[in-house]
Amino acid sequence: MSLEQFISNAISPWMKDPGPDDDIVMSTRIRLARNLEDYPFPSSTSQEAARALYKHVYEQLSRTSNEKVGKLIWLPMDGLSKIEKTVLVEKHLTSPQLAEESEQGAVVLNNDETISMMVNEEDHLRIQCLSPGFQLSEGYEAADELDDWIESHVTYAFDEKKGYLTSCPTNVGTGMRASVMMHLPALVTTQQLNRILPAVSQLGFVVRGIYGEGSEARGNLFQISNQMTLGKSEEDIIEELRGVVLQLIERERNTRRELLKHNQLQLSDQVHRSYGILANSRIIESKEAANHLSTLRLGIDLDLIRGIEGNILNELMVLIQPAFLQQFAEQGLTADGRDERRATLIRERLKLETIQDGGGET
Amino acid sequence: MQCQECNQRQATLHFTKIVNAKKTEMHLCEMCAKEKGDEFAGSNSYSIHDLLSGLLNVDPSTGSGEGYSQQVGQAYTLQCPKCSMHYKDFINNSRFGCSYCYEAFSAKLDPILKRVHGGNHTHTGKIPKRQGGRLKLKREISSLKTKMQTHIDREEFEHAAEVRDKIRELQEAKEKEEGL
Repeated sequence: MSLEQFISNAISPWMKDPGPDDDIVMSTRIRLARNLEDYPFPSSTSQEAARALYKHVYEQLSRTSNEKVGKLIWLPMDGLSKIEKTVLVEKHLTSPQLAEESEQGAVVLNNDETISMMVNEEDHLRIQCLSPGFQLSEGYEAADELDDWIESHVTYAFDEKKGYLTSCPTNVGTGMRASVMMHLPALVTTQQLNRILPAVSQLGFVVRGIYGEGSEARGNLFQISNQMTLGKSEEDIIEELRGVVLQLIERERNTRRELLKHNQLQLSDQVHRSYGILANSRIIESKEAANHLSTLRLGIDLDLIRGIEGNILNELMVLIQPAFLQQFAEQGLTADGRDERRATLIRERLKLETIQDGGGET
Repeated sequence: MQCQECNQRQATLHFTKIVNAKKTEMHLCEMCAKEKGDEFAGSNSYSIHDLLSGLLNVDPSTGSGEGYSQQVGQAYTLQCPKCSMHYKDFINNSRFGCSYCYEAFSAKLDPILKRVHGGNHTHTGKIPKRQGGRLKLKREISSLKTKMQTHIDREEFEHAAEVRDKIRELQEAKEKEEGL
């Protein structure tokens, strides 16, 4: 398989499309946690009860389809290899918990992987809608539609006062977690983000590095999501998150403009050095790769370098993860082996493009 | 940042300890953190659930651990009739056994939910469509009953009668819905 084919098969189809404000917002994700009435929650259930839940959901949902939801592919966890499961984790289509622990779990996907649903994770159903760029309302509409369709076939555990009943009390109410992945290199470089993030947390939003809970931010990528799920409507949560994200977008854009105005030569030097490292390394660790990819992406956005597709950061951040590297190598790899394969993959990827020196705005 | 124990590897675990307003920070690599495991019990797998269990273990009425033991006996007798989960198990792993646990532990739940959800304990969001018809009617009936009582209090009996008829109508619709 050629590298182009590999990349094309590996990244989710939706990632290839441009999205609104995608110079700053990489992707938007809406997740709904749902449980069915009269089935114990997955975290405390027996294998038989989990199997019964899966069978019921599969029977109810696989027989019919919805025009807007489209055809869904069912992938039971016990039918997947370890690498296949890890690939699903690295594409954020399933959680490490479901991939590692569940024998009765499954992932349900639509064709372009914008819709995914985990069965028997912490909750019976975790509905997820992913979209490129900044699309909170569109993402929620899609999730809401899928949710309505599912609810027309199964009976949810719902309480008038507590809302959707979830396994963990942190998700009860709307069961909704809305998150936006942002690339904020200028705010990081100018150390403004250190001051902004505590304020964002005080407003009830959580900021995390892209590899989830407790992880550090790599490649200047940050995921911002709502913390509270009870006492606010879905629309309110989305509006408040939109407000915070819009402010961050504006500040990041302004800071980029300022940097370009006062430090164009230094910025251009950094961008080309990063390109040089990525295009010539023989061994590269994921953190170093992520940081140079972030600088390169900034250079593309500011027109300091031309001939490289803007989605290279999204694409390579997925591809340089362990399971993808092993798929690319068609073998299991040690950490050193992965560093070598990572360098090769990035070099090959950059060779597909024709690099030109950009002028940059002044 | 380098690990302050071995000064060789990258520090990936960062601890902040606050004792009597004195803050101590530690930055360790995974290997050194493992070696110091006893000092940082559970640090390798510290998750949102551990954090939440810690929060749940605090007595909501006093806002501190004090008085907790007095409540233990009372709280620990709570058990979900459906899945048999004990309240103490919920406190330990911060996850419910089934949807009926919410009702079984309801006496203890509101302060916990308030703590987790910025002071809120009542859902105001989406209502499932199919199940929702009945719930919407229930909400409407309850609000009309309050309205009727207000009219009665003000001795506006004609208005109260109008509202009463409306309530009857909705109650019939609700019974029909439940019968389906």
